Amino acid sequence: MTQEEIKASILDIISEIVPDEDTSHLDPDVRIRDQINMDSMDFLDIIMELRKRYQVDVPEEDYPKLATLSSCATYLAPSLKDK
Amino acid sequence: MDYDVIIIGAGLSGLAAGIRLAHFGRRVCILEKHGRVGGLNSYYTLAGRIMDVGLHAMTNYVQRPVKSSPLTRVLRQLRLSYDDFQLCPQIISRISFPAKELQFTNDFAFLVQEIAEKFPNQVDNFLKLADSLHGYDDLPQGGKSVSARQVLNSFLSDPLLIEMLLCPMMFYGNSQENDMDFAQFSILFRSIFNEGFARPQQGMRQILQLLVEKYQGNGGELRTKCEVQKLHVCQDQVVEVQLAGGEAAGDQMAGGQASGGQAAGDRAAGDRMPDGQRLRAKTIISSIGLPETWALCSHWDTTQGEPRPGELSFVESILITDVLPSQSLGFENTILFYSDTDHFHYRKPDDPVDLSSGVVCCPNNYQFREQVSKEPLSGEPLSSESLPGEPLSRETMSKEPLSEGIIRLTHMANFDLWNKLDKDAYRIWKKHCLQESAKKAERFIPGLSQHIVVQDMFTPKTVQRFTGRRNGAVYGTANKLSDGRTPIKNLFICGTDQGWVGIVGTLLSGISIANKCVLY
Repeated sequence: MTQEEIKASILDIISEIVPDEDTSHLDPDVRIRDQINMDSMDFLDIIMELRKRYQVDVPEEDYPKLATLSSCATYLAPSLKDK
Repeated sequence: MDYDVIIIGAGLSGLAAGIRLAHFGRRVCILEKHGRVGGLNSYYTLAGRIMDVGLHAMTNYVQRPVKSSPLTRVLRQLRLSYDDFQLCPQIISRISFPAKELQFTNDFAFLVQEIAEKFPNQVDNFLKLADSLHGYDDLPQGGKSVSARQVLNSFLSDPLLIEMLLCPMMFYGNSQENDMDFAQFSILFRSIFNEGFARPQQGMRQILQLLVEKYQGNGGELRTKCEVQKLHVCQDQVVEVQLAGGEAAGDQMAGGQASGGQAAGDRAAGDRMPDGQRLRAKTIISSIGLPETWALCSHWDTTQGEPRPGELSFVESILITDVLPSQSLGFENTILFYSDTDHFHYRKPDDPVDLSSGVVCCPNNYQFREQVSKEPLSGEPLSSESLPGEPLSRETMSKEPLSEGIIRLTHMANFDLWNKLDKDAYRIWKKHCLQESAKKAERFIPGLSQHIVVQDMFTPKTVQRFTGRRNGAVYGTANKLSDGRTPIKNLFICGTDQGWVGIVGTLLSGISIANKCVLY
């Protein structure tokens, strides 16, 4: 997956978890949780969906690296390059 | 291993746990003793009408999904849509004590105004109390239980107001006699006063149908009429789940559960049941109650004490009337809580029933959407066929319960007294209590008795028989297991005995156990 594809996939995951939030105007460089209403349980579900969909495990100490769409793409690129 | 997770009981918490686990790819099987799902919150047919059991109101109402509200959490975690619940908000509810009455709606400001009028010197303190509850974590935490009475006394100086606030909270979820855990009070206060009451357009059946569809759609397996007879424990692990076999299952259901207190070991020694099927799973989640689960285990370290069943049970009268209570009987409340004494007595009564307090619920008094009950659910004709259980006859489907009046009356009751009555005495008492209970409600609904066309009553014995809860204790044991962990490492408790109450709370319980004990 390219970084753009990863971003699209994360957006897809987010809209599955919080279908009532508008994700179309998310700024990729601003903290996701500052732009839409997500609590910590919702955020953990992003991690869970990544594991379910791509068998990617994100260790807890790396959670901060998933704060923005761009940082998600950078962080996940190596693990998802062959997916 | 046959499964990753076996869940005992297809009530709300078991189904919620199952949905989460199946969504994330676990091989899950839910074992349900009865033919119909729902457990403490289900439905049954009464003279051709589908009647809710358990549900008076769903608490935690929000007008739209709001971040971190318990209902929103449930919807998001289970990937359900807010609109699927078709929630109809309450109209107005009332707390009625001899000296004063308080009305409340889903608008908290309305209650504040009521308190300002009826208890002018208490309103500032009430607001301070409400503020302090706001910061209180809504997820039950372990640790020491704090007395709700003590905390309320520290904020409010009028004992009547304290009793009036405790009354609805206790009726809607307190497993403890006379006092209440403050954390529970806090959760219920916000879920009832700050958020509010609502009813799914089609009642309990609608929620259960959604949950079963979601669970099965996620690949979960549901086995109904499948009773667990024993959990074989070896070295602090459940190694096998043994199902009841053949005809013996029925016998055990009727006789075995009535006698509480018998040690699990004794029962194992005298066990002559033919072996049923045995299943293996890495993790077992039980939603049937802590003492009830303990009784199934072949071994359980009781150094922490034996789990004791709760003592609080209720009777509930269901009255169907030939007129709508709001139109013809002048009764506009959704829920009414009353106490005949200024000090509200919440405890197991010395008589079969304590009519000196109670709850009157009128399921007609919600703000229903257009075409009450006629609107099929999500375009599909509403039928029970996708739900396991006896299919409803055509005749059953054609009767719309909400085109008639319904009044439900709940009172505290004594399980032991009901349980020891012989068949005839039981029938006579039930009839007597139904009559007296309806007579009692006449104070709020004058003329009610002349308009009853069908009536029925649950007793604590009925509750035990259909839910398996010992003593018919709908709110479970008084000693909650807030983290769901048992002395057996792969066995967890979810549902009422984890300390979460109400429909939304119970769903959250199943979700949290699935998350914390399996997924995270």
